[in-house]
Formats: sequence, C-alpha cells, structure tokens
Amino acid sequence: MDTSEDILQQASPGLIPGSGTARAAKVTRLSPSFISWLQAGPMMLVFLAFFLIPLVFVVIVSFWDYNEYQLLPAFSGRGYTDTFEGCIAQLPDLCTIAKTYLKTLKLCFLVWVITLFIGFWVAYFLAFHVKSKTWQMGLSLLCTIPFWTSNVIRMIAWIPLLGRNGLVNSGLVKAGLINHPIEWLLFSEFSVVLALVHLFTFFMVVPIFNSMIRIDKALIEAAYDAGATGFQTLVNVIIPLAKPGIVIGSIFVITIVMGDFITIGVMGGQQIAAAGKIIETRVNALQFPAAAANAVILLAITFLIITMMSRIVDIKKEL
Amino acid sequence: MTETTKKGLSRRTLLKGSAGIAGLAAGSGAITGFPYVKSAETKVLRYLGTAVNEGDDISKQCLKDTGIKIEYITATTDDVTKRVMTQPNSFDVLDTEYFSLKKIVPSGNILALDARKIKEFDNITPVFTKGETPGGKKIGGQGTAPWKVLYLEGKDSKKFATSATEFVTLIPTVYNADTLGIRPDLIKRPISSWSELLNPEFKGKASILNIPSIGIMDAAMVVEATGKYKYADKGNMTKEEIDLTMKVMTEAKKAGQFRAFWKDFNESVNLMASGETVIQSMWSPAVTKVRSMGIPCTFQPLKEGYRSWASGFCVSKGVSGAKLEWAYEFVNWFLSGYAGAYLNRQGYYSAVLSTAKAHMEPYEWAYWMEGKAAEKDIKAPDGSLLEKAGAVRDGGSYEDRMGGVACWNAVMDENDYMVRKWNEFIAA
Repeated sequence: MDTSEDILQQASPGLIPGSGTARAAKVTRLSPSFISWLQAGPMMLVFLAFFLIPLVFVVIVSFWDYNEYQLLPAFSGRGYTDTFEGCIAQLPDLCTIAKTYLKTLKLCFLVWVITLFIGFWVAYFLAFHVKSKTWQMGLSLLCTIPFWTSNVIRMIAWIPLLGRNGLVNSGLVKAGLINHPIEWLLFSEFSVVLALVHLFTFFMVVPIFNSMIRIDKALIEAAYDAGATGFQTLVNVIIPLAKPGIVIGSIFVITIVMGDFITIGVMGGQQIAAAGKIIETRVNALQFPAAAANAVILLAITFLIITMMSRIVDIKKEL
Repeated sequence: MTETTKKGLSRRTLLKGSAGIAGLAAGSGAITGFPYVKSAETKVLRYLGTAVNEGDDISKQCLKDTGIKIEYITATTDDVTKRVMTQPNSFDVLDTEYFSLKKIVPSGNILALDARKIKEFDNITPVFTKGETPGGKKIGGQGTAPWKVLYLEGKDSKKFATSATEFVTLIPTVYNADTLGIRPDLIKRPISSWSELLNPEFKGKASILNIPSIGIMDAAMVVEATGKYKYADKGNMTKEEIDLTMKVMTEAKKAGQFRAFWKDFNESVNLMASGETVIQSMWSPAVTKVRSMGIPCTFQPLKEGYRSWASGFCVSKGVSGAKLEWAYEFVNWFLSGYAGAYLNRQGYYSAVLSTAKAHMEPYEWAYWMEGKAAEKDIKAPDGSLLEKAGAVRDGGSYEDRMGGVACWNAVMDENDYMVRKWNEFIAA
C-alpha cells in the first residue's frame, strides 16, 4: 500500500527539487519551474476542459432566461427566483425547495454517520488486527467485490428482499414474529439510507485504512507503556492520526449522497424528493437555466460542508 | 406511453446503431472523421424515437422490402424532445408523440411531411383526422388530441392549421388507450371507476406514474370520477384547477395511499408483479408483461373512459434531397401493413387499419380489433404465448376502446406551473 507521499512523488516528481533539475540540466536548458508546469500540465488541462469550463458554463447558463423550447441568452435571475418562488410568502411553513434540501441534508447526515461508524471499524480491523500484509491486502480486495456489479444492480437487489412479500417479511411472518408484513422496510427513508450505506461504506473504508496503516505502531506501544487504556489510545492517538482519512472519506460520501437522485428515487419509491431530482425534473422540462441554478445551489451547499470539514482538519498539512 | 419500454433493449439498439455507423464508415472507405458519408447504394436513416415502434423485426423487414437500413436511436419522450431542441442534426426520422409538438414545432427544428406523397394518407384512421372512430363514435378531445395539431399552415410554418392542409406535422404510427391496471386476485371485486385509485380500501397499495404531464391527467380522471370537480379541459388546466388537483393528490399521499410512484415500464411491472401495489396507472404492454409472468393482471376498462396517446413520424429540418425521398419511402413502407400488424399484435393500434388487416390472420384480427373471443391461442410477435384460445381482450373492440377515450396526453399552457406543483406533491 503506497503512502500518500509516495503517490505524490510518483505523480509529480518535479515537485521534489533535486530530480527535476538534474534531468533538465542534462537534456535541455529548460528551467525547473517550466518542467514542473509541463508535468502538471496534462492533468491541469483535463481538469480545465472537463471540470472548470463546464462549471463556468453551468454558472453562466443559470443566469439565462428560457421558454418552453429554448434558452434565451439574456441575463435573468429567473432560474433562481423560480426555484425559491413563494418561499417567503409561505413562512413559517417551509417551501418545497427548502423541504427538499433539508431532506437531502438529513439523508446525507444519516448516511455519513453510519458509513463513518462502519467504515472506521472495518478499517481499524484491517489495519490493527490483521497482522500479515498479504491478508490485509486480500481482505481489502475482498471489500471491492461488491463493486464488480453495477450500482443499479446492487441497489435493485434490495427490492425482492425488503418488499411486502419479500424474503425478510415472509421470513418474519413464517417465524411467527409478526402478523402483517412490515411496510416501512421498502420505499421509505429506511430503505434509502440502507441502500446508500451499502453502496458507499467502501468509500470510507479505503481512505481511513490508508491513514491508519501509516500510524507508527510504536506510538500505540508507547501509549500502552504509558498506561493508557484502549479507549484512551483510540481517542488520543488513533483518531487524531486517522483524521485525514476520515475527512477524505467523508468528502467522498457527502458529495456523492448530496448529488444522488437515482438511489433515493428507486429505494424511496419516487416519493422522497432529493436535490438531484429537482435538477433532473427541470432538465426534462427543458428548463436548463433553472436546472443550472439548482446545480449551482447544490454545489454551493456541498462546498460549504466540505469547507467546514477542512476547517476541522487541514488535509494538506496532515498529508 | 412516454418512456422507453425496455431499458435493456434501448441501450442495446443504441450500441448496435453506433456500431453500425462505425462499420458503415469503415466499409465505405470514409474513415475521414465523417461517419455519415455513405456509399451510393446504402440507404441509411437515423431513427430517433421511444422504443414503442422500434423492433428488430421491423427494421429487418424494412431492409428486406426497401433496402433502407434503419438505425434506431432510442430515448425517453423527454429525452427525444431534448434532442430535437439541442441536436436536430443527430437524426433523420423522428418518431415522437403528438403532445410534444407544442414544444417541438415552435423550435423550427422539424420539417412537416407532404400529405400528397403519403400513399395511404387517405386511409389513415379517422381517429386522427376527424376525431371519430371508423364506426362514427365521437372521441373525447380534451388535452392535445392529434387532430388539433395534425396540420401546419405552410411548409415552414410554426403554427398549427385549424383545417386540413397538405403539410402534416406527424404521420401517425401507433397509439393506444390507457387505463388503470389492477390485480384481480388481490382485489377480489369488480373495479369500474377511476375513483378507486384513491379508495382507502387500497391504502398503501396504489400507485401512479411520476411523469408530471401524464400523472396529472390520471389524477384529473380520478378527481372527476369522485365528483369533486368537472374540468373544462383536463389537458389544459387553469392554475386553480392544478392547485385543486394536486391538493386532492397530496392529501391522499399524506394519508399513505400510495406505495410508490413509478417512472418506467419495468418499475410498473415490478410493483404489480411483486404485489407491492394492487391498483395503479399502467401501460398495456406492462400489463401483458405481468401476465406473461403467470400473475393475474387486468388492464381494467373504467366507466369514465380512457386517457389516450399517439405517436407519429416527421423528419429533421436538416433532411433533404435523396435522404428525404428515403424518408418518404420508409414512412410509406411503415404504413403498408407489416409494421401495423406487428404493432396490433402487441396490443397497440396501427394508423392504417386496412393494410394491417391484410397482414394478420382473421382470428388475430377478430381478437385484437373486434373484441371477439380468441379462436386459437394468441401469440406475441416473438412467438411466445400471450393468451389461450377463448380469451377476450380487456376493454373489447377497437370501436369500444378508442370510442371510450376521454382525453389525450397533453402539454398544458400552464405546464411550467404544473411541473412545480407536481414537485411539491412528490416532496410532500
């Protein structure tokens, strides 16, 4: 398992002063900073072409006007005002958009807490209880097996299990534990959170494991020698040192869940609104500026959450 | 019917289509980055539409009869419209629904076809041209009824003509009358009204489709059936009417009436087959699919009538010259019988009845179109058994079904408001 320094070094050796200069001097007279730009360039161009420029377009389009069948490239805040239409008049009742975002945040929070809890302990087990490197590798590969099938299949597989006449319900009824099938197992917030946790826990496991594996075992021994209990070691040594992994994993999970509308749609029986769903509906109604406006709002909220997280942990420093 | 019926198929045909284009480019030596440059003898039409009309059998037979190779580009109705707006040069023939015309025609991205060049135009069923059945029954015209948007004022006009002209927006291909699907084995009593969808007896076991423009029509059928309100035009509501309709639905939703909403064919089949729902909006082939799984399911005719939809052909504004001629040749072939019979055998209806009849066995015609008991086993186009001898089609004959249409799928003037209200209903 590579440490992040190794990865950094492989990705851009130009950042390490010695290697770049030596080579540059031998082959050409290019300055070291030019070489660095050259090496970072391809990734930067990809980033620019496939992320930044489309993002700029989304922001621009969000301020256009529109009608039933076309975009009108004239400045207009209609995308935003339509989105929040009636929100103030309706107070203290929450308007649809506010309810939808609150619901999305709630689901996101639940999924985050649960994936963090499960992910942390899986990573802990892999990093500290599995002694041999081979087994560590093997077991973490085992975690990836569910990813050999598509997202959609893993999600849909829950339906025959949780349904009214599904395996769980018929099992419980036959065992005499319940008289009527439990209705909230499927097409409910429960099933949405279950499916999301199932889909995304792995995104927590990997970064946390990656942080934990780099913790010097001597530190744990030192804590033990100094008389710390297991719990004290966990809180004062392991969690602080695993923080970068926790934050990176959290960013993965939060960004995915905030934008998700397919899982929420399928597992929620299309009855639970999600921020991503609003965007889809707008696009389907050919209201691209309104869709773009919602995308910008969603992005802003997600960005806010991530900024708050990186306030807690300075990832750059920790890496 | 607005969504693609078979997700798997659609992707497959799409892949096949692009593979075909690539192969063609290589074969004709046009490896210059312009894959649509063709050798003289290959006639290819890129056909954009929902999966309803798109079958391998149809394209194979077409190639055999006319030498025209059809490359399917399959998308949902929403995506088809989006594509017409944003990439009008990415297809040649367009197969879309009449209600989309209110958005598509003003965009100027399609060409009207010339009725004089359509051989069977005068034989097209009067359902489209006059709004009545061949037997003379008047058909309900609420919503975007095809005859309201069938003609344009001129070749490049963006306005619908009020009387017949030679410029036809869409040459009709396929249509059907939709109603609720039910599980008779789980309901165990006759169902005869749309109002049953909101009957508390089926609490937590009902469903409607989450496609706003169609879902609200079904909701309006329900509201009218309960006697709460009578709409001037269910397919073109005022803001107050939209509010009223969504209020009724929202109350039902909050009381836990609905198990789930569905968005595509397979979802509706799964809900019904698994017993999650026992009554829901459904499409005819989805009912057939549930039945073919050995589970009883009825496409239940209701006393208030059906909600109907219809599709047809036009071409992209970029089509001209030889390609335009092939498009006419293809449309003429499509109306000449083989495709019509194929669609009739799936439970849809074809636009030209006489030619389709000539391609069907008398017992098939009697079952599908005349509402008679099947003399022999009824088979699907792929040869699988649909109904045993003696069965009668749900809803009876063509006359009874199309004559019972109450309204048509529509785009309302207040569409934008309606979509927002629908979202509130979903979020409620």
